[in-house]
Amino acid sequence: MADTPVLECRGLRRLFGDLVAVDDVSFHIAAGETYGLLGPNGAGKTTTISMVAGLLERDAGEVVVAGRPMTTRTVQAKGALGYVPQDLALYPDLSGRENLVFFARLYGMPTARAKARASEVLDLIGLADRASEQAKTYSGGMKRRLNIGLGLLNHPKLLVLDEPTVGVDPQSRNAILESVASFSGAGVAILYTTHYMEEAERLCDRVGIIDHGNLIAEGTQRELVGMVGELDSVTLAAAGDLPGAASVLGDLEFVRRTSVTDDRIELVLTDARENLPAILTTASANGVAVRSVDVTEPDLEAVFLHLTGRGLRD
Amino acid sequence: MTERPRGLMRAAVLIAGKDLKARVRDRSALIIGIVVPLALAFIFNGIFSGISGGSKAISLGVVVADHGAAGQSFIASVLAPLRHAGLIAVHTEPTAASARTLVESGSLSAAITVPAGFTEALRAGKPAALGVIESAAAPLTAQIARSIAAAYASDLNRARLSVAAVAAGSPGISRASIARLAAQAAAAAPPLTVRDVSASTKELDNKSFFAAGMAVFFLFFTVQFGVTSLLEERADGTMARLLAAPIPRASILGGKLLTSFALGIVSMLVLVIATSLLFGASWGNPVGVVVLIAAATLSAMGIMALIATFAKNAEQAGNWQAVVAVILGLLGGTFFPVSQAPGILSSLTFAAPQAWFLRGLGDLRAGSLSVIWTPVLALLAFAVVTGGLAMARLNRIAEV
Repeated sequence: MADTPVLECRGLRRLFGDLVAVDDVSFHIAAGETYGLLGPNGAGKTTTISMVAGLLERDAGEVVVAGRPMTTRTVQAKGALGYVPQDLALYPDLSGRENLVFFARLYGMPTARAKARASEVLDLIGLADRASEQAKTYSGGMKRRLNIGLGLLNHPKLLVLDEPTVGVDPQSRNAILESVASFSGAGVAILYTTHYMEEAERLCDRVGIIDHGNLIAEGTQRELVGMVGELDSVTLAAAGDLPGAASVLGDLEFVRRTSVTDDRIELVLTDARENLPAILTTASANGVAVRSVDVTEPDLEAVFLHLTGRGLRD
Repeated sequence: MTERPRGLMRAAVLIAGKDLKARVRDRSALIIGIVVPLALAFIFNGIFSGISGGSKAISLGVVVADHGAAGQSFIASVLAPLRHAGLIAVHTEPTAASARTLVESGSLSAAITVPAGFTEALRAGKPAALGVIESAAAPLTAQIARSIAAAYASDLNRARLSVAAVAAGSPGISRASIARLAAQAAAAAPPLTVRDVSASTKELDNKSFFAAGMAVFFLFFTVQFGVTSLLEERADGTMARLLAAPIPRASILGGKLLTSFALGIVSMLVLVIATSLLFGASWGNPVGVVVLIAAATLSAMGIMALIATFAKNAEQAGNWQAVVAVILGLLGGTFFPVSQAPGILSSLTFAAPQAWFLRGLGDLRAGSLSVIWTPVLALLAFAVVTGGLAMARLNRIAEV
């Protein structure tokens, strides 16, 4: 992952009348990094993304894409950006290929090159065999794939995806998430908005939590969890002297609490992933045979709840 | 990989090309812009053919059983001028029965009979009547035949009154003299005729009027497709993708206007060619026609774009635009000549671009190219005022 920011946002602010939709939002994304903007509906995600993509005027702040300032009137910065809107944005009367060629040409490609690039993208999104059919004949999942493919035409340095899995069946959703992960692996900086905590956890290197237009927290998942002081829990399904082992485990420095129920020892501790080997070694040394281990780390849902007092989907 | 961004015009052409492809594919522009106006022009032309100048002459039968001066005068003084003007074709029939057969078979539109002894009856001051043989299938031409006969009867009655007045003022005049005077009066040609030379050359014949009227009426519907698609792009979400593309924002508006202009010009030109070939419509000097079409298209674009800027969505815009197009079409005389209507309506007609377009075509038939500048400038004034207001408001639509 390179360190050079592909996207820099500083102090973004946007008002709709008296409503402050986005207030002093700042973040950056490096090449190959996936940044998730996580928040409930109406939190300001789409407004932020619209300012990043140059669709919406901002009242204050600055957006720089690939070293070029982004405004609604700029042309150069938009050439480095691929945009996938939340709603399907394609022409139903045109075929999949025609949609792609049209937008490729808008991005400045000569006709022959646009056709070649359209073919590449059709292969990438798995629509090559339906390329000549009108988009209105596609299934919902196929339209979603075409919607994403349109954002990839110009080999973007920054790919902006606005809740691309909303209303998508689980199979298509999984395919979309895998595709996004592969773009990131290819060095594309990705800005991904979602209100699905699982998507942010699966895809994003860093997450910004946005609520009421404010970026209230930012970092890796672990940093966010650590920021609010949440502890992990480990459940050992085991046989043997469980109370004795639990007592010894409770004396470990990183263990905060232990309890025994039936054939299980439950531990509350810091950094379970780091300390799991020590727990297993100690349990074994104290006459306990561990059959299975279940590690539960606090998730972003818990973080959001902690920060706002509300769930992501309230 | 960053491509070289598109310039305004190239991007506008790309967007217009995409829109035109979609319109051709869904056939809406083809139907509204060409098929419907062509069909309506054909229907109106069929309904009203034979009523006014320039149309096919009415086949009028005439049976003159009277061998006196009045019968001959009817042929020479009444029918002959109408025949020379190309308004009627006169077919002389020997008997009323044969004329009736031809009228009933549709070979003649109507027939007028001058009964035997007509002149003698006039001389004697007895009742005399012209007969009209009508066909129920051609009520309009029957009405015309009745009007011709009634007009002649009216002339004869005036002559009778004149003679009666002379007789009353000349107590010593003989009955023979009175009869001679009556016959001479009946045989005399109408003293005055009116022929409107200037106006007749500026009017479009039926075929051309309905072709031009329907074409410019539907022009206002055809140009909607371009401007209103801005609202469709916004509703469909594709506006966001266009705004995110590395193209000047003005090229989106430019592409839509280009689409409207292309649809308007192409549909009008197709209609000009089609009505000329199919109906024999006469549009006039091709250069003048193209100039008028371009100006009319721009004025239609301006008005329709301005209306679209007040609408919340494409459907609402389409409804409002249709209402305005129909009102302006009626006011502009695309279905019937409002300029001949009484009162303020005849002045209001020029509040509609359609009226200026039709006037321009009429002027074009009457004179050289230079005579159409007034209608052209009027159409361009519509375009500049409404289009300017629309452009000032169109940015509101070109947002996400």
